[in-house]
Amino acid sequence: MNHIISPLDLSVEELDKLLDLANDIERYPEKYAHTCEGKRLASLFYEPSTRTRLSFEAAMMNLGGKVLGFSEQGSSSATKGESVADTIRVVSCYADIAAIRHPKEGAALVASMASQIPVINAGDGGHQHPTQTLTDLLTIRSLKGRLDNLNIGLCGDLKFGRTVHSLIEALVRYPNVSFTLISPEELRIPGYIRNEVLKKKDIPFREVVRLEEALPELDLLYMTRVQKERFFNEEDYIRMKDFYILDEIKMKLAKPDMLVLHPLPRVNEISVEVDKDPRAAYFKQAQYGVYVRMALILTLLEIA
Amino acid sequence: MLNVGQITEGFVLDHIKAGNSMTIYHDLGLDKLDCTVAIIKNARSNKMGKKDILKVECDIDTLNLDILGFIDHNITVNIIQNGEIVDKKKLKLPPEIVNVIQCKNPRCITSIEHGLDQIFVLTDEEREIYRCKYCEGKYKKYK
Repeated sequence: MNHIISPLDLSVEELDKLLDLANDIERYPEKYAHTCEGKRLASLFYEPSTRTRLSFEAAMMNLGGKVLGFSEQGSSSATKGESVADTIRVVSCYADIAAIRHPKEGAALVASMASQIPVINAGDGGHQHPTQTLTDLLTIRSLKGRLDNLNIGLCGDLKFGRTVHSLIEALVRYPNVSFTLISPEELRIPGYIRNEVLKKKDIPFREVVRLEEALPELDLLYMTRVQKERFFNEEDYIRMKDFYILDEIKMKLAKPDMLVLHPLPRVNEISVEVDKDPRAAYFKQAQYGVYVRMALILTLLEIA
Repeated sequence: MLNVGQITEGFVLDHIKAGNSMTIYHDLGLDKLDCTVAIIKNARSNKMGKKDILKVECDIDTLNLDILGFIDHNITVNIIQNGEIVDKKKLKLPPEIVNVIQCKNPRCITSIEHGLDQIFVLTDEEREIYRCKYCEGKYKKYK
């Protein structure tokens, strides 16, 4: 039984195969429109997440499959005290594959250990969110044509942003990748990423505070939101939330083919005026999120 | 000179860091066994200054000694049969430990689902770092 709990559950070869399939789905969607007929996706969302949930549900529907599930803890039997393991054992009788989102770290792994059907981690607290990483990788590979030979700028909350940590861990497996880590002092990348991933693997990186300083060199800029829920102190949040705002003027400093990515939702870190810039790829990224989830469902169900 | 009687079958755990014997007593589940246990605290040691020693009289298959490697791999385990030392076990860090330590991360699934096994995996042998199997939270082994 295959599950996807962490972005690193897939080898580089498996990942390439998955991204190839996602690109084929993008090109020939009608070829895949009935591939999951008679199959059901259980969408087990213990906390609200409009984007990820709808993306999974759209992916299954695009494949001709059906969706069942719940979208908040209150409507699940967790309120009656049922464990994640028991829930997935029961759901295994109703569905062919499950996507689980849970506020606690490790919940998806617990589900996979008890499950009779493939489990996809749709986010377990601040821990892992593998389908976001797959979305990011598919977007980069589709729009840049490669995952190697890139100078990638990561900007904003690099301390708590799990998407940034997972993306770094996934990209260091490709040759000649370097990183520019752009953050305020308080939100710098955690020590374990700096030491156990970047330094250990000899990956070139530099840490800067000013976005303007980094922009001219970048092939890709990955913006992140400063999340209010990560701060104990309202004042710190207010000070940090407007630290980086990407606007038209700053975009003039960037290469003509630099991509701007963002896991969304954005607040104000990217001005809406940037949306019409052809380098703004964050809404395309949301579309790629559906393709990669379609490819993942097909792969885990061993249909493709 | 303190004298504690010889055992005929069981273990002598020697070179325990002074003060750790009671932790080991509980972690090995000796409190749950109906056998003779001698706990010697702060015994004089040329090598360590002072040390603890545990003598356990029981069937040699009764105890899971893997956990000792996690607690302190410098402990000497003497296996006794017919009153003689028949084997000395060399300890190493176990690759995985189950239900010995608890994850302290309040965001971990184990913080709300208490029926789950507390599993820690050795992720860095050199630095003796174990991580929770579920949340990957770090547990730095105590010395």
